[in-house]
This record gives sequence, C-alpha cells and structure tokens, in this order.
Amino acid sequence: MKRNTILSIAASLVILTAVTLADATLGRFTIRILNLSAIYIILALSLNLLNGFTGLFSLGHAGFMAVGAYVSALLTMSPAQKEMNFFLEPIVPFLANVQLPFPIALIAAGTCAGIVAVVIGVPALRLRDDYLAIATLGFAEIIRVILTNTQNITNGAQGLKGITKYSTTWVVWSCAILAIVFMLALVRSSYGRTMKAVRDDEIAAEAMGVNIVKVKSTSFVISSFMAGVGGALLGHMITTIDPKMFTLILTFNILLIVVLGGNGSITGSVLGAIIVTVLMEALRFLDMPMNFLFFKTDGLPGLRMVIFSILLMIVVLYRQRGLMGNKEFSWDGAFSLLGRKRRSGKGGRP
Amino acid sequence: MIRTEGVSMRFGGLTAVSDLNMSIQKNEIVGLIGPNGAGKTTAFNTITGVYKPSDGRIIFKDKDITGLKPHKITERGIARTFQNIRLWSQMDVLENVLVACHLRMGVGVFASTLHLPSYQAKEKRSHDFAMTLLESVGLADQAHEAATSLPYGKQRRLEIVRALATQPSLLLLDEPAAGMNPQESIELMDFIGKIRDEYDLTILLIEHHMQVVMGVCSRMYVLDYGETIAHGTPDEIRHDPKVIEAYLGVD
Repeated sequence: MKRNTILSIAASLVILTAVTLADATLGRFTIRILNLSAIYIILALSLNLLNGFTGLFSLGHAGFMAVGAYVSALLTMSPAQKEMNFFLEPIVPFLANVQLPFPIALIAAGTCAGIVAVVIGVPALRLRDDYLAIATLGFAEIIRVILTNTQNITNGAQGLKGITKYSTTWVVWSCAILAIVFMLALVRSSYGRTMKAVRDDEIAAEAMGVNIVKVKSTSFVISSFMAGVGGALLGHMITTIDPKMFTLILTFNILLIVVLGGNGSITGSVLGAIIVTVLMEALRFLDMPMNFLFFKTDGLPGLRMVIFSILLMIVVLYRQRGLMGNKEFSWDGAFSLLGRKRRSGKGGRP
Repeated sequence: MIRTEGVSMRFGGLTAVSDLNMSIQKNEIVGLIGPNGAGKTTAFNTITGVYKPSDGRIIFKDKDITGLKPHKITERGIARTFQNIRLWSQMDVLENVLVACHLRMGVGVFASTLHLPSYQAKEKRSHDFAMTLLESVGLADQAHEAATSLPYGKQRRLEIVRALATQPSLLLLDEPAAGMNPQESIELMDFIGKIRDEYDLTILLIEHHMQVVMGVCSRMYVLDYGETIAHGTPDEIRHDPKVIEAYLGVD
C-alpha cells in the first residue's frame, strides 16, 4: 500500500478513537454538537457533489432529508410507539407492524430519497442554473406539504416522537468518514471527471462524448441518497421529527457550509460543517445578558445571528471562493508545507 | 465517409444553412469557407448534433445520424473543436484529455468509484494514451497546469488533442488557426497533415486564413448566406467569380 493510503486509514482510526473517547468523557451538550457536525459533514458533501462538482444548483435538499428521516423513523419504531404517536388517525395497516433493524432502515431511507430524486430529476434536470434551483425548491416544498397532509402515514403536523436514538457518536462519525471516503473515490475517478466537465462546460462535455443527462441524474440521485441518510441520522439523533424541521432554512444552512468551505472542495465541506456547527453554538453567549464595563444588555435574542452574518460577509468579501476554494487537503501538500517550514527554519529566515 | 443530403437549418424566419450537400471521402482534408455569418458553424452544429436539422439527412459511414444526441454522434466517431475555445477551466491539461478518454473506457459509476481492478487497468491505459497524445503536441511538460493558463496557441492544440482522445474517424475543426500568427499557422498546417496520417483521419475544417485552407485542403466548399456558392479544388475556388464576389464585393 502507498504511504498516503496508510496515513489516511490511520487518520480515520485516530478520528474514530478520538470521538469514542470524547463520547466517554465529554458532557452531553458537547457530544451533541460533535455529532451534529458529523451529520452536517454528510449533508454538506452531498450538496457539494451537486453544487460544486456537477454544477447543478439545487435547493431541494431539505425535501430529500425529510424523506430519509421519515422512512427510517417509521421503519424502526415499535408498533406500540406508533400507536402512541398516531392518536388522531390510526396508521395505515401495512406500516403498523413493521420494525426493521437500524442499518437496513438507514439504507432504505437513502434508497427512498434516491427514488424520489429519480422522479423529480427527470423533469427538473432539463432546467439550468437558477431555474433548476427554483424547481427543486418547489419540489422540496411539495414533499413537505405531502408529509403534513398524509395524516395516516406520517402523522401530519404532529410529527413523530420517541424515535429510537440510534445516532450514537460512533455511528454518525463512521457514516461521515464513509461519506468522505466515498466522495474522494468518486470525484477522483473517471466518472467524477466527467461530472466536473459537465460543470465547467456542458457543451464541450457533450461534444466529447459525455452523456450529460446520465451524469447529471447520477449525481442527483447519489446526492439525494446521501441527503436521505443524513436526514435519517438527524432524526435518530433529535428523536423527534416534524415537517416544519425541513424547510428552506435547513437547505440554506447546508448551502452556507458548502459555500463557506469552498464549492468543489471536500476538505472545505468538512471544515465548513465543523466550523459552522461549532460557531452557531459558541456564539450563543451573545444572546445572553452581557455585562460590559460601561453598559449592560439584558439579552438580545438574535444578536448571535447578526454576528454570524457579519462573519460570513467577511469570509465572502476576503475569500470569495470559500475557505478552501476548490483545493483539497493532501498528505503530499501537508508534507511539503511542513518541509518548507523546516527548511526556512534552518535557513534562519523568518 | 460523410454525406449531407439537402441539409437545411432554419431559426424562425432565418435560414442559416440551406440545402447543404457535402460529401467527404476517407482521409480527405476538406475546407468549409465563407464570409462571416455564412452558416459555417451552424453547419458544424447540425453535423455534430447540437442542432437537429430542419430538413435533410446526414449519413456517416452509411448510417443515418440525423438528430442523434451530440454524445452519441461522438461515440460513432465524429469529434470537433470549437471556434471559441471551450476547455474545462477548472481542470488541468491532462484531466481535459482524460475526460475525452472516458467515452471509450466503458466504465460506469460503480466500477470507477470502487476503483475495481478492471477500472484501474483501463484508467492506466487512458492515462498512457493521454500522455502519448500530449507528448505528440509538446504539451506533456504542462500536463498538470491549469488548462486555461496555457498560451492561446497551445489551448487550440489541446482542444485538438482532446478531440483526438475520443478516437474519432472524422475530425471537425472550427477555425483552428484563429488568432494565430503566420508562423503558427504554417506549423498548424503541418500538424493537421500529420495527425491525418498518424490517426487515419478525415478532416473537415472551417477557416478564414486563406493560406491555411489553400495549403492543406484538397477540396473546399464555399458558403454565403447559407447557400453553397461553389465547391472544388483550391485553384478552382481561387478563380471562381462567385467566390470573389462574395468575399470582395462587386459593383
């Protein structure tokens, strides 16, 4: 095996050990943020595949997450819990007694989101740029409205409560690492290159024999699969879901991570997911009453978002292409950076 | 090799190409010339499937390819370059060629993502093929530079190489000498002749540089306002009164 592969495997193991250790020692609140970061990594990667690597501007992510979250929740809930949830109208008989193991439900969640993507993708992917964005946004809203109104399948606006908490630290971080490895393998492959070609110039790609309809649909379906899995994990972490969770705001948060990290950079999405998730919590003190020497505030709810937006604007102004641009972290790059520092250290230059 | 039978292309009330009847034999280099707006690029676009012709048929290797999708036509063996260079800007030189190799690799999304052994062997082969192509045009040293950072002339050559990577039998070049100085144009002429022999190609090219067309083409078609006004050998064309009229105007 090559050195870099060994290093990558080692790094993954270190991360898994670190999060397992963190799980055992840190408080529940910190662990929740840690796990939320992992889920956002999966979601950001899936959106980046569309936005950053295939050049399809989609705003339908929350819809696919909702499909995944509901499918997995309904498949894993025990019949007794379902009876408790569905007090307004009983659940349809074919779902009432289903209870599947979590891994199977997770794959089913992704698959269902993928199937929905095929149905939506056929008409929507004929559109380009902002038209596609509007169309996918519309589809996501349709999914949400359907979820709200199918009382005997999804329990409508009441949502589902008491979903089993399967999303442990270990599970979500394993999924996140799997997602990273998968994305790296995909975008570095020959198929991944055709996706980038479609992004850079569709007409040229078509003229060079790339079946752009197929490439776009594949990308859309894979992305939706990942979004479905991410949504399911989110449901199993929060343990309650309802249609109002999956609005445009959720898609927007993920889009923010992708743009902040760098459109078309896997490293960027990973960093962005962690930074945004942590910062959203770390800045929470701004909403609390504060005591400066000269004046006191008695809590300004929303100040956190103001500061967060300012930080965003600063990033957008000074790093238009996100933190990483479209570059990636690589072991060779890291070593050459270290080597340069050491060499310049020896040379005595600052 | 390729034959167009009464191909017309109308956009609303405008007829960009009307009743185009071209016929190109194997291993010929044929020129397509005409003043600006004569419909040359539109003719290319109908042949390569960007537009579906309003009328007529396009026969390639005795098969009707009219109205096929561009990638299907490329698969049959027609590759092209563009008048305004269309390289993939965020990829390096080698990647630009490798994307074009994908067509003949025959790997799907699963095989390539999982890096199966069969995929790795094919990827290696395309990589070698791409590097051989780049070497033949002297771009091998710049394989890992951003495609759009190359000087203009080299970008044009990269576009030709990229088209060659799809392993075509017919190559369509849209103004390959545009923006080149006379020295570069002469080099380009040699290059076009060389690739024709080396890769057993048939070439149809659009060009404004009369020197290039006259030098490299065995026959040519002249378009004006979408109509074919003349066709023949370079010498015949040079003395054709209609061509002189179209280019210089007659009072």
